[in-house]
Amino acid sequence: MTALNVSASASALDAAAAQAAPAATPGSGGSLPQTPALPKDLCLRMHDLMLRARVLEERLITMYKQGDGYFWIGGPGEEAFNVALGLLVDKGQGVDHDYLHLHYRSSATLLAMGADPVDSLRQMKNTATDPYSKGRNFAGHYTARKWNVAPISSPIEVQFSIAIGTAKAQQKSSGAKGITIVQGGDAGTAEGDFATALVWSSRKGQELPLLMIVTNNRFGISTPFWGQHGYEQIADRGKAFGMPTAVVDGNDPEASYAAIRRAMDYVRTERKPYLLEAMVSRLHGHSSASGANFVKDEVDALARFESRIEERKWLSRSKMDEMRAQYTQELLEASKRVRVEPQPAAESVWDYVFADKNYVGGEK
Amino acid sequence: MATMVQAIRMALHVGESRLGVTDIFGEDVGPPLGGVFTATQGLKTAWNSPLDERGIIGMAIGLALAGKKPVAEIQFCDYAFNTIDLLKIAGNTYWSSAGDWNVPLVMMSPVGAGIRGSIYHSHSFDAQATRIPGWKIVMPSNPRDAYGLLLSAIVDPNPVMFLKPKALLRVKARPGEEIPGEPTDEKTLSKMIDAPLGDRSQWQPQWPSLEELYIPIGKARVAREGKHLTVLTYGRNVPMALAAAEELVADNIDVEVVDLRSLHPYDWDAIVKSVRKTRRVLCLNEDTEITNFGEHLVRRITEELFYELFAPPKLLAGAHLPGIGLADNLEMASVPQKQSVKAAMVALARHEP
Repeated sequence: MTALNVSASASALDAAAAQAAPAATPGSGGSLPQTPALPKDLCLRMHDLMLRARVLEERLITMYKQGDGYFWIGGPGEEAFNVALGLLVDKGQGVDHDYLHLHYRSSATLLAMGADPVDSLRQMKNTATDPYSKGRNFAGHYTARKWNVAPISSPIEVQFSIAIGTAKAQQKSSGAKGITIVQGGDAGTAEGDFATALVWSSRKGQELPLLMIVTNNRFGISTPFWGQHGYEQIADRGKAFGMPTAVVDGNDPEASYAAIRRAMDYVRTERKPYLLEAMVSRLHGHSSASGANFVKDEVDALARFESRIEERKWLSRSKMDEMRAQYTQELLEASKRVRVEPQPAAESVWDYVFADKNYVGGEK
Repeated sequence: MATMVQAIRMALHVGESRLGVTDIFGEDVGPPLGGVFTATQGLKTAWNSPLDERGIIGMAIGLALAGKKPVAEIQFCDYAFNTIDLLKIAGNTYWSSAGDWNVPLVMMSPVGAGIRGSIYHSHSFDAQATRIPGWKIVMPSNPRDAYGLLLSAIVDPNPVMFLKPKALLRVKARPGEEIPGEPTDEKTLSKMIDAPLGDRSQWQPQWPSLEELYIPIGKARVAREGKHLTVLTYGRNVPMALAAAEELVADNIDVEVVDLRSLHPYDWDAIVKSVRKTRRVLCLNEDTEITNFGEHLVRRITEELFYELFAPPKLLAGAHLPGIGLADNLEMASVPQKQSVKAAMVALARHEP
């Protein structure tokens, strides 16, 4: 799977995004923006990735339910926003590219960046071939130093405290373009780490190039949004720190694409923080701990986008059904192959306790 | 002849001028104060952080991931407890990512009692620290070791915790504890690198031509040779054990003092060598005694060297109290003092089955 080469049609997208995105000024939270129309090739690429991401999560859930994994947690319901994010990232290694501090619902972002979905199956099956953790960590806990994707860890919101460090490393470089993107859910913003990112990124004269993203599905893990937050939108918290904020319909890939692009442009150019809140769904519960069954009363971003694509007569219903069946079959077959790949040897548990070289410092 | 805090400052200067240290930061670490114990005066990469310990550790991890070399300070280890899940992440990132990302950072923090610091400036951190795998943990007992261990910490590709025994920060070096390149006269050194009182906005340190000295992490030092019993200790308790040992010479008790210097990885070979020689062992530290690092050493010595011992291994540590009291009598009753160390040595030396 390869990521879309967005630079080829960058100017057209710029125009579309500029037209479509909401004015992002301090305190611009509130009503969700109108759906913009993006070019057909980009929309179809996003649809393809959303579909692949959904099918991947469904396969992971099935693997869990069939005993081919111990735990599932993932991102069904966040595909629209996360695919757009993955396509827009300046992908690469080192401070000149974007750093990503994601959480455990980010499979669509990784797929959009070009990750192999079979590697996600390997992590679910905790095989020795799992490139993310060699059988040590849960599914959805990605890492990719070659793309500046910092290791995803299970504790909620800690990535917001760590992200200020990569952003600080990028702040200093002159003429820098790389930014840091940190993403977490709505409930996690109750943690002090969220305040850490707000405070450290907005210090006068020492601002950090940090794009903070809150994907708000309103569920929390157990305490829902209304039981935790005394304010209307989490994005409003950015106002007190003098940073631009926006709220976007994260179930709309076109609106998300435009909003992320606008936020990124601001952070990249101004070298200052931005808080973007995306309203999303959570289609299979928090994790396998709550059953991971499909929730019918949530907006399904994929279904909604497919209706739009059908209306625009870009793809027929049967063509999209055919694609889904094909991707499902591909991952079913892949999961059978993964099932017989070797498990990590017991003694490998002692590998990687201490590094012998400074790999992040450029040693090889 | 430097004090420990001057030695730390000189190591950080060498770090930022030659070894790639990019950021030295924490609360009051930058100018004008240069650290509450003056450990970071005059350093060009030192800066003041918000009052947010989680942010300090998170910042250090992020800088390290981005290829920088941060030295982060938690002003007192008593305030590191709300950072423990981030310390865990620093320790487990290389392992959990199966070698994808190492985390080359140094965290330093003053530890221990001895300055009448009351409940929240007297904690020890060695028991907590040694329960966070993936970290290397060092604690110096003299200025030269502080200098050499900090340089080793700086060039290490892993997270290294540099615990500063705060009761020793102002203690002067003794003969043999020189830092290579420092002026021998302490007043000369002070004029060169200590910030003046009052307005110091125009002040610049004059760093001596220091040589690099690397004290390897994981290697202990026999601080005093002896034949009747072994004391395994580190930090503040090293000079305390040495002083107690000298007082016991008159009683014909000859004590060997092993300064572990590294708590993890620790020098098991050196421990075995000394214990096989004396066959009596006292583990000595200030942390609370229940689930104490010295307990681990006692356990391993008992398991692996049981039939070579002449006496049960002994632990002398801090009392398992919720805090360290401020008044002289309270603080001294909370953590080992020279008299209690001496008493423990005598009891161990005279123990007969």
